[in-house]
Amino acid sequence: MSVVDLAVTSRRELNIQLHALAPNTNQTHWRVENPNGQHSLAVGLDAPVTVEIAGHAGYYCAGMNKQATVVVEGNAGVGVAENMISGMVHVKGDASQAAGATAHGGLLVIDGDASARCGISMKGVNIVVKGSIGPMSAFMAQSGTLIVLGDAGDALGDSIYEARLFVRGSVKSLGTDCVEKTLREEHKEELRELLNAAGLGDAINVDEFKRYGSSRKLYNFHVDNAAAY
Amino acid sequence: MDSNHIPRTLPRQSATFDPHTMAEIRRAAATGIYDIRGAGTKRVLPHFDDLLFLGASISRYPLEGYREKCATDVWLGTRFAKKPIHLKIPITIAGMSFGALSAQAKEALGRGASIAGTSTTTGDGGMTPEERGQSKTLIYQYLPSRYGMNPDDLRKADAIEVVIGQGAKPGGGGMLLGQKISDRVAQMRNLPKGIDQRSACRHPDWTGPDDLEIKIEELREITDWEKPIYVKVGATRPYYDVALAVKSGADVVVLDGMQGGTAATQEVFIEHVGLPILAAIRPAVQALQDLGMHRKVQLIVSGGIRNGADVAKALALGADAVAIGTAALVALGDNDPIHEEEYRKLGTTAGAYDDWQDGRDPAGITTQDPELAARLDPVSAGRRLANYLSVLALEAQTIARACGKSHLHNLEPEDLVALTIEAAAMARVPLAGTDWIPGQLKF
Repeated sequence: MSVVDLAVTSRRELNIQLHALAPNTNQTHWRVENPNGQHSLAVGLDAPVTVEIAGHAGYYCAGMNKQATVVVEGNAGVGVAENMISGMVHVKGDASQAAGATAHGGLLVIDGDASARCGISMKGVNIVVKGSIGPMSAFMAQSGTLIVLGDAGDALGDSIYEARLFVRGSVKSLGTDCVEKTLREEHKEELRELLNAAGLGDAINVDEFKRYGSSRKLYNFHVDNAAAY
Repeated sequence: MDSNHIPRTLPRQSATFDPHTMAEIRRAAATGIYDIRGAGTKRVLPHFDDLLFLGASISRYPLEGYREKCATDVWLGTRFAKKPIHLKIPITIAGMSFGALSAQAKEALGRGASIAGTSTTTGDGGMTPEERGQSKTLIYQYLPSRYGMNPDDLRKADAIEVVIGQGAKPGGGGMLLGQKISDRVAQMRNLPKGIDQRSACRHPDWTGPDDLEIKIEELREITDWEKPIYVKVGATRPYYDVALAVKSGADVVVLDGMQGGTAATQEVFIEHVGLPILAAIRPAVQALQDLGMHRKVQLIVSGGIRNGADVAKALALGADAVAIGTAALVALGDNDPIHEEEYRKLGTTAGAYDDWQDGRDPAGITTQDPELAARLDPVSAGRRLANYLSVLALEAQTIARACGKSHLHNLEPEDLVALTIEAAAMARVPLAGTDWIPGQLKF
């Protein structure tokens, strides 16, 4: 295991070392000590390695991740796993705003709560939040799946496109063009699969979820819908 | 009095309710929706035409037109980037998206810019292989929508431009209407074919200059501090916006005036929000000077640049480079009278065609229709753009030599006078024949 202590090594040096990893590297397990909430930790990775961050991370941790597994053992700041392409990011604490923003792929798992705009403009990522999510989450969400075991705040899925939202708890309000939809067997199967990938096994009853998605009324602008904007 | 011979009052059109205004009222009443169009503002504005160069005489020494060197090159991104950009001419191609433009048009822009030794820029919708392949120096825009944004393309880019806004619609997002969403455009943007694609007006994961600083730092970390980071703003409060962009860590600030074009925006927005570029350059330069960053953080200005005189005037006012968009499209063949018959079928005329959002461009530029797009040959169109860029540079050099400057960057406000009080106030140069700069008190 490679250990980088940010008390003595700079973030720049950490990211240089991680960017230098070849696809077939045998340095596949990294541990980052004393992160102390620094921003932009383990960003732009593109190798099948695991990076454990032993504490809290600041903004944009694991931003634009490809292939790598990044585990934050504390809380994560704004925009964790923003624009992720593939791989996995696991936050063991809570996440701040815009978790998984615009992410195209991969899996983001948040053990605690996520703040406002979780999954904003998501473009294919799968997100599992074991706690609750804040307001304006999945705003303009294009594709991918957001699963929330707790509650969702105001205006969930506002101006949503084709992303699929599953919430087990309450939803304070739905955003424009977001509606509840029937939870069919194929959706339950997807839920089981993603919950399993998030390490929850069969512990969760998928029948308890409600599904939300786009009513597709705003897909082409029409003047009669002007009040909805 | 002979009632048959009373002089009659001539019919008089209202200046307030002119024919265009009344036609727009009738159109609005019939449809219930605002007018959307492409391009920039069409109203008369104080502009570079309101400035004149003084040229050399006894008190100043000119350079020999065809003998003495007048350099045109520019370095961009020298503040933090490990790999700053060196361009042969200070005239760049502004960001325009694949989606708004055809793949052929994007390729032509890349070809023309590369021949001329300058850069071109992606747009909302990501980077196409044609564009990257044909662009020696390619600036990759980082927009609120993040359509097509990925780290591989980020690393392939020569610089990154964080787009906060544009001159045609500062404070506004975008809308690519469904008729331009082909399979390829849809796939690049992760959205279904044929639906209207909204582009957000704010970035999804940062708000305000403190966050922007952290965002820029992230982009630098991802690209190992190699790429220059530009920040593009629409001209509204240029002094403060430029100062905040510098504070946020920008290497280059791009300032776009309201003459700058758009692919599709509400007419009311294009015509009534933002500043003409003439009014924006001096406050922007002032901000850089106040921070001790003029020429250290480079300033690119855009919006209504048409000829070498405009280039020279922008540089004399303190810009390091300019960007062109609409003029580049015209060089490719946009609004060419050769298509007049087809423009008339669309209810318009060559020179006035601005329904770029509809995707029915007879010139094959602002379209995703394969048959229309095939009309534009990227090689010959790219050559036309290269020729045009050469002319801009030659014209700017001609003026600079006449002012005794061995580099375009040696042009200065002192070389200029204004023809109108408005232009004198905005450009902060004296009204011609006077030493009066409105707004600058002398006691």
